[in-house]
Amino acid sequence: MKIGLPKALLYYYYAPLWKAFFDELNVKYIESSDTTSKTLLLGKEKSIDEACLALKIYLGHIRELKDKCDYILVPRIFSLKKTEQVCTNFNCIYDLVRNTFKDIKILNYNIDVKRHYTEKNAFIKIGKELGFSIIESRNAYKKAKEIEKTYYLQEEKKAKVALKTNKTKILLLGHPYILKDNLIGKSIINYLEKNNISIIYSCQIPRDLIEFNCSKISTKIHFTMNKEEVAAFNYFKDKVDGTIILTAFPCGPDSLANEMIIRKRKKHPTLLLTFEDLTNNTAVITRLESFLDMLKGGIHL
Amino acid sequence: MKQLVAFPQLGNYFNPIRKLITNTTHLKVIEMPKITKETIALGSKNSPDTVCVPFKYNIGNFIEALNKGATVLFQAGGGCRYRYYAEVQETILKDLGYNFTMYQIGEKDHVKFNDLYKIMLKLNPYLTRKKLIKEILNTLLYIYYLDKLDIYIRKRVGFEKNKNSFKKIKDDFIEKANKENSIIKLTRLYQKAKKELRKVKIDKPKEPLKVGIIGELYTSMEPFSNYELEKLLASFNIEIKRFTNLSYLLWQKKLMEWYMKLKIKKYCKYTLGADGLDNVYRVRWLKKHKYDGIIHIKPTGCTPEIGAMPIIMNIAKDLNMPIIFLSFDEQTGIEGLNTRIEAFYDLLKIKKEEENGSKSRN
Repeated sequence: MKIGLPKALLYYYYAPLWKAFFDELNVKYIESSDTTSKTLLLGKEKSIDEACLALKIYLGHIRELKDKCDYILVPRIFSLKKTEQVCTNFNCIYDLVRNTFKDIKILNYNIDVKRHYTEKNAFIKIGKELGFSIIESRNAYKKAKEIEKTYYLQEEKKAKVALKTNKTKILLLGHPYILKDNLIGKSIINYLEKNNISIIYSCQIPRDLIEFNCSKISTKIHFTMNKEEVAAFNYFKDKVDGTIILTAFPCGPDSLANEMIIRKRKKHPTLLLTFEDLTNNTAVITRLESFLDMLKGGIHL
Repeated sequence: MKQLVAFPQLGNYFNPIRKLITNTTHLKVIEMPKITKETIALGSKNSPDTVCVPFKYNIGNFIEALNKGATVLFQAGGGCRYRYYAEVQETILKDLGYNFTMYQIGEKDHVKFNDLYKIMLKLNPYLTRKKLIKEILNTLLYIYYLDKLDIYIRKRVGFEKNKNSFKKIKDDFIEKANKENSIIKLTRLYQKAKKELRKVKIDKPKEPLKVGIIGELYTSMEPFSNYELEKLLASFNIEIKRFTNLSYLLWQKKLMEWYMKLKIKKYCKYTLGADGLDNVYRVRWLKKHKYDGIIHIKPTGCTPEIGAMPIIMNIAKDLNMPIIFLSFDEQTGIEGLNTRIEAFYDLLKIKKEEENGSKSRN
C-alpha cells in the first residue's frame, strides 16, 4: 500500500508529522515532485478561473499523483484553536477534491477543535483506516509529534544563525506553501541568495511567541495561519533590514492581514509581491532589484 | 452633545436595526442616503485591491456617515473574512483622520447575549437586561415579518398589473412598524399588510418561469450591489425565490445545518465555510420544487463560494439544472449583466417550451 502526499498547501505545515507517522507505522508513501509550470497547467484545467494560485497548484499535484498510489492524503481543517479559524479553502478542500476527481481514493481526516475533533483523534482515525490498532497509531502519533517538535526547533535555530551574519538580512513573509513552493517562492529565494543576502522565513518564529507578538499588531485576527505571519513581522521587524511579502492572487485572509501589516509597519521598508498564473519572472526580478537598491541606500544622483 | 450612530447598509434591514439601537441607547441613528456610485468609488479608493466588494461598500458607507458627523460605528462578523472586517476598517478610517469608536457584534463567530449587553451598556449605562431582551425580540420579529413579506412579494412582483403596488404596501408597513413598540401591534400590522398584499391584482400564467437566486449573502441582500438583479428578473415576468435573508442567517441556518448535510451526503461530507454547504443544498431543493433555473451570485474573490462552485457545478450537472454564475465587483456597468440575463432567460424559455411540447405529444 502506498500513500501519496501532494506537495502543496498543508504539506508545508505537516510534512514532518505525516512522514514520521507513516514511517513509524511502516507505511510506504510517495511525494509528488516539485511544482513546475506543467503542474500549474494540469491544475488550471481542473479548477475554476477564480480559484487561488495555491489551490490550482494543489489540484495539479493531485492529478500527478493520481495513478501512482493507492491513497491520497487530503486532510480537512476547520479550526486549529477554539476561537480561531483557517482559510475557507481548507474547509472545503476534501469535498472539492472528491468532486473534481471522481475516481481516486482519499485518505481523509478532520481537525475541528471547536467541535472537539482533535488532531490526535484524527491520526488515530487514519491509523484505523490503514488497519492498525488504536494503541499502535497513538504511539506512532506521539513519536511523530516529538519529531515534529525537533524539526521546528531546528528551524528556529536556522533563523538565529541567519540573523547573526553581517550580510543584509531580509524577512520573507508569507504562507509556507507560497514561500517554499518551487514555482513561486524558489525563484525569489534563488535571486536573493545570488545577491548575498541572508533570508529569514516567517515560519521560523518561535511557536510560543506567536500569541504575544500578534497582539501587538492585530488583536482580533482569527486566521491561525496568518497569525503566524503577523507575529513574525512584529518579532523580526527590528532585526532585519527589509521585508518582502509574498501572496497568491485572490488570497482571502492575506488581503486583509497584509493591509494590516503594511499600515502598521511605520518606516520599515516593505515590498508586497502578488503572484498570479505567472509565466516568467522578469517583472518580479525587476521589482526585487529596485527594492534591494533601496535597501542599500538608493542610487544617489 | 449626543452621539450619532451609523452602521453599514444592508437592503431594508436599516429600519429594524435602527429601531433596536434608538430604543435601547436613545442615541440618534444617521439617516443614510441610498448607496450610489460615489459610495463605491470612495470605498474602493480607500481599501486594499484584492479584498471582496462588501468591504468596499462598507468603507464607503462609513466614510459617508463619518462626514455627516457619526461618532459610533457598528460592524458585525461572520464565518469568512467578514469576521476580520471590523479591525481593518477601524485602522483604515483612523488613518484617514476620523475620530470615532467602533463596536463589533459577533466577534467570535456567534452572538452571545452577554457580549451584546456589555456593548450596549457602554452606550447607555441605564439599560437593563429586561429591556434589551424585549427590544431584541421585537427587532427579530420585525426582521422576520419583513422577510416574510419579501418572500410573498418576490413570488408575485413579476406579474403585478399596476406597477409598484407591492412596493407601496411594503413601504407603508415599514413606516408604521418603525413607530410601533409593542409586539402584538406589530403582528397586527403584519397581518393587515398581508391582507392588502392578497388583494393586489396580478396577472400570473399557470406555469410561469421560476428562478432561484443562490450565493453569497451581501450581494444577494443588498440590491445595489447586484445591480438590482431582482428588479431585472421581475421585468422578464419571472417568479423569484431567494434564500438568504437576515432571519435565515440569524437562526434558521443553525437549525437547518444537520438536515442539509444529511441530504447532500453524496457531495459534501463537511461544511464548506460560510454559506457554501447551504448553496449546494439549495440546488437540490430548487430541482425538487421544479424550478427552471438557478442564478448564483457572488462578489469577485469570495473564497467560500469559489470553494463551493465546483461542487455546485457538479450537482447541477447531475440533476440537469441550468445554472449561471455571476461575479460582481466595483464596476457599475449594467449592460453586460442585462445581456447575460436575457440570454439565460431565452434558454430557459426554449427549454421549458420543448419540455411542454414533448409532454403534449406523448
